Amino acid sequence: MAPHELRRPFKRPAISDQQKRRDLSLIRQEKNRLDAQRHARFLASTVLSLQPPADSEIITDSNPSPEQEFELVEEGIEALELDVRQAAKLKGTEARRWFAKQLMLPEWMIDIPDRLCHDWYVLARPAGKRCFVVSSNGTTVSRLRNGTLLHRFPSSLPSGARNKGNSSSQSYCILDCIFHELDQTYYVTDMVCWAGFSLYECTAEFRFFWLNSKLVETGACDPPSVYHKHRFSLPTVYNCDQAGLHASYTQPTSYVKDGLLFYNKHAHYQTGNTPLALVWKDANCSQYVIDTDSKGQILDQQQVVLALQENGKLTTSDEPPVEFGCLDMEFIQKSGLQTGDLLKFSVSDRGLCFTDGKLEKADIQFISKSNRARAFADSFSKIMFQHMVRHSPLQIEDLFASITSSAVKDKEVTDEEMAD
Amino acid sequence: MAMEITQFLLHAQSADANIRTDAEGKLKLFQEQNLPSFLLSLSLELSSDEKPIESRRLAGIVLKNSLDAKDSTRKENLANHWVSIDISVKSKIKELLLSTLGSSVLEARHTSAQVVAKVAGIEIPRKEWPELIGSLLGNMTDPSKPVHLKWVTLEALGYVCEEISHHDLVQEEVNSILTAVVQGMSVGEYGPEVRLAATKALYNALDFAQTNFDNEMERNFIMKVVCETAVAKEPEIRQAAFECLVSIASTYYEVIEPYMETIFQLTSAAVKGDEEAVALQSIEFWSSICDEEIELQEYNDFESGNAGSTPPHSCFIDKALTLLVPMLLETLLKQDEDQDQDDTVWNVSMAGGTCLGLVARTVGDRIVPLVMPFVEANILKPDWRSREAATYAFGSILEGPSVEKLAPMVHSGLEFLLNAMKDENIHVKDTTAWTLSRIFELLHNPSSEISLISPTNLQRILGVLLESTKDVPHVAGKVCSAIYYLAQGYEDDGASSSLLTPFLPNIISCLITTADRPDGSDSKLRTSAYETLNEVVRCAKIPETAPIITHLLPVIMTKLGQSVDFQIISSDDRENQVELQALLCGVLQVIIQKFSSTEETKGTILQAADQIMVLFLKVFACRSSTVHEEAMLAIGALAYGVGPEFGKYMTEFYKYLEMGLQNFEEYQVCAVSVGVVGDICRALDDKVLPYCDGIMTHLLKDLSSNELHRSVKPPIFSCFGDVALAIGEHFEKYLVYAIPMMQGAAQICAQIDDSDDEMMDYGNQLRRSIFEAYSGILQGFKNSKPDLMAPHATHILQFIEHVSKDSRRDENVTKAAVAVLGDLADALRSNVKILFKDHTFYSEFLGQCLESDDEQIKETASWTQGMIVQAFSVCG
Repeated sequence: MAPHELRRPFKRPAISDQQKRRDLSLIRQEKNRLDAQRHARFLASTVLSLQPPADSEIITDSNPSPEQEFELVEEGIEALELDVRQAAKLKGTEARRWFAKQLMLPEWMIDIPDRLCHDWYVLARPAGKRCFVVSSNGTTVSRLRNGTLLHRFPSSLPSGARNKGNSSSQSYCILDCIFHELDQTYYVTDMVCWAGFSLYECTAEFRFFWLNSKLVETGACDPPSVYHKHRFSLPTVYNCDQAGLHASYTQPTSYVKDGLLFYNKHAHYQTGNTPLALVWKDANCSQYVIDTDSKGQILDQQQVVLALQENGKLTTSDEPPVEFGCLDMEFIQKSGLQTGDLLKFSVSDRGLCFTDGKLEKADIQFISKSNRARAFADSFSKIMFQHMVRHSPLQIEDLFASITSSAVKDKEVTDEEMAD
Repeated sequence: MAMEITQFLLHAQSADANIRTDAEGKLKLFQEQNLPSFLLSLSLELSSDEKPIESRRLAGIVLKNSLDAKDSTRKENLANHWVSIDISVKSKIKELLLSTLGSSVLEARHTSAQVVAKVAGIEIPRKEWPELIGSLLGNMTDPSKPVHLKWVTLEALGYVCEEISHHDLVQEEVNSILTAVVQGMSVGEYGPEVRLAATKALYNALDFAQTNFDNEMERNFIMKVVCETAVAKEPEIRQAAFECLVSIASTYYEVIEPYMETIFQLTSAAVKGDEEAVALQSIEFWSSICDEEIELQEYNDFESGNAGSTPPHSCFIDKALTLLVPMLLETLLKQDEDQDQDDTVWNVSMAGGTCLGLVARTVGDRIVPLVMPFVEANILKPDWRSREAATYAFGSILEGPSVEKLAPMVHSGLEFLLNAMKDENIHVKDTTAWTLSRIFELLHNPSSEISLISPTNLQRILGVLLESTKDVPHVAGKVCSAIYYLAQGYEDDGASSSLLTPFLPNIISCLITTADRPDGSDSKLRTSAYETLNEVVRCAKIPETAPIITHLLPVIMTKLGQSVDFQIISSDDRENQVELQALLCGVLQVIIQKFSSTEETKGTILQAADQIMVLFLKVFACRSSTVHEEAMLAIGALAYGVGPEFGKYMTEFYKYLEMGLQNFEEYQVCAVSVGVVGDICRALDDKVLPYCDGIMTHLLKDLSSNELHRSVKPPIFSCFGDVALAIGEHFEKYLVYAIPMMQGAAQICAQIDDSDDEMMDYGNQLRRSIFEAYSGILQGFKNSKPDLMAPHATHILQFIEHVSKDSRRDENVTKAAVAVLGDLADALRSNVKILFKDHTFYSEFLGQCLESDDEQIKETASWTQGMIVQAFSVCG
């Protein structure tokens, strides 16, 4: 008698590997497809994620433990997936290294962008420590530019404290802030993530709109309380026209000013150095126009911090790096310097020569290794700005003039069109 | 219009091949040229008592085959042909068929009853033959009609019920059919032939009798008649009656309580003393009750806390347990002498053991004390039947009872079982090997607290198992299965090292030796050995076993290379070659996939890739018309493993890929080839472009084909997405073909019959794949030509909206839908602003997704939300 079709397999070898191979292949292909599409989807918004460390990377810690280094490399693939919630769990060097890469770093304004009055915002920059504020899982953490921890505190930001049912791990926030010591307030200069929703891919225009509408709602701008240790505040953002530039430059603020910040309205939040956000200062709006030493004394000569490359070349932190000179190998060996070290140099008076805006020659003198807390070499624009400050500074009048001339130009264009 | 076709029909059965082929050709021509006339002629032939029975018989068969086929596509085509025939012709044919039921020639009557049912199968659901049931019932109620007409009428009623669904009849018709059938089953009414036909008809009509079973009086009456029939004098009738009881057990479980005592007496007597066919049905009755109760228990577990809405569990097995188990244990002693030699054997002892296993799953721990005394009493007896039955009983109850209950018994019994692998009787060894494999399958869990295997006994276990792979093929096959599950236990144990690793070289070489046995290929032993090898590789720990598997790779490659050069003389040789190559490609696929999944081992595959690919191409070349599914699967894995490097194989490989994509008949091959296209797209990225015209042409043809199995179609849509993502803007030229197909498929999704679970599943797969296609295309165009998709945005949104409102969509569909929503906003930016304003459903849908328990859905939804906010924030 033929076996019952349902019961048959009972005492037979039950293994059918072919179907299993097919199924496993399908599962693999499905996963690969999801990964490919997911990758395409998040390509632009993976700014949050940890890039695998490049070989020539500049590290804060001059002597990272080899073990940590290895772990990070090994985790390269997973690390790419790492978001800020997981990053919050990172410790020590890894955490610093990760956070150090997440901030958008404005270049120094060394010439005036076209269409300043059309495409740009301006705000008076608060004096203080530039930092990243991350609220998640019921706590708020702030980290300095080099990644070191500044504060850990409860706040009214979404998921920023353990008080109300808002500690969902999904709902984290990342703010770009300046911590102002005097009034212990975080001045929010940009918004990167809000309630789990990434704003990396959004224009500055949208980010500021969102920032204005969301931050007040949460109570983050209220005075400090038990569950809200530090107040948050918003510097006023102006369109960079005559009135806006004038207001930001002259209006008194609740905070000590340290220069002006310019944001291109159409630019996304881009980590690292960007020319689409700029900083400018003069003695009227900043105490620290010319670099000072640790005692606050203006230095006789301009100092620059450069990174030592494998071939002895000295470069800025820009992408691609700008070369400022070269150390000979003998000197490097003798001084015990290593690739990746950040080195401090002094620039002799009028020591930087330019041809057509390009650096031709730099007359620099080695001083010492840089402070360990430094995460990066100076950017080209910073060196240039400091150089100009000492010799032929870009003045507020120049900025106003550019706005006026642009307005005139616009008018001319309109007139011509009408004439047609 | 009918033609005289007797000669053709007779010649078509001629012993002379020439005459036969000629006649078959003429019949076929007639059928193609004039189907109505052809069918009419056949019915005339069947109905004419003066025609020879041979031609009438064939006429009936050809008629049946012109109305119905196994293949569902063909079946539908045939039905459509019939429906389109002129109504007067159809009426004439039906009239002839009904009149043939009264023929004095028995065979003509029976054949006609079957043909009537085939016509009914097409027409009754369309309400095109309303008078049929009445006319058949007339034969039953009219006392003047001859008994032979009543007999064939009952047969016809049974066949008709088999063809149609219970929705197709009104209750009154069902009542009359049941009355006629039950009357036909009653003793003394007519002869045994009628009684048998009536009982078989009842079996087919049971599905229609829901209302009647709900009514106690009617139910009592039907059950009384069935139980009386179960003790009829003729074994065939008894068997048919028990088949009815089996069907009642599953269809009307909730109302059979009052009859259980009677049924127990009936089944128990049948199991003890009736003929095998009847005894088997009696055991099947209890197996079916177990099925019902297991399902109820699983359902209750699943829906716990929701007790009010679940159907009642009558605990029949539990109540009958103390009588049922001894009855089943008795059956275990009724083995056939040669039952293990032949896979197709099904006898009382196997059915009894199977039922015992189901009982164990139904009642759990309670079965243990009822079975263990039997095991202990018989396991040492000199009679092999006792030892085999004891082992079988033990093996049967390993699933169901708790691990805590079983573990001590298995612990103390393991050594005994290992010794029994040297029993003098092969049946005992066979069952022992099976029991060991079940122990490893069900109770071997290295990561749990109770672990059967320790470093000390593993050596002993493997020693016995590896030695026993040399036993007779059917024993060795079950030993392979034991090794398979032993290895599987270490797969997901979370450890980086496994106890098995030191033994791996031995296990692998032993499995290869087993696969090479000259007596292995006939008995499937070779297959078992290679499949076990696959599992051993799959579950091996990387990196600790990497050197061992690296060593295995060239061994398998050499074997595959040798297989290409086999001398092929007979079709058996060919079959043997194909089968062996399939197994070896399978092993290579598993190794490639295993090694490609970690960075440390990837290099090994990259190094060997050239040689492996050459082998696969040779395997393809061995067959002229079709491609090798296993080689194709393995190539997909290879493409994934080597990435962009795969490009250099494309010129050689492409023609086989094309062959695979065109293989409608072996749809699995086609499906696998479609999957490989995806792998290649991801491996080559835009380098796949030169092959895309061909690939897309084949994929589009596949989609339009009615022949191709429908399960291949969703993967083809997903594959569109893969191609588009790989080649980006170059997908533009395919849009005009692909989009209408996708829209058409979306239309089909909307029309799917949601009462059919299988169709619902298919609908979900189809939707997901359409979304995946859109995602791939949107992402592919995003950077260069996003506007190409703007004209389709409304349709996409409507489709997402439709799906978002269907509560029966599965999570994968949701995930794919919310992703497309984001892709749409991401790619089209401000262009979709107005559209989104018109389709406000998206905010509710996003809200649902953001609250989902599925992290991936949540993540995708919040990304999508960002994309939509961004689309709104862009000026313009």
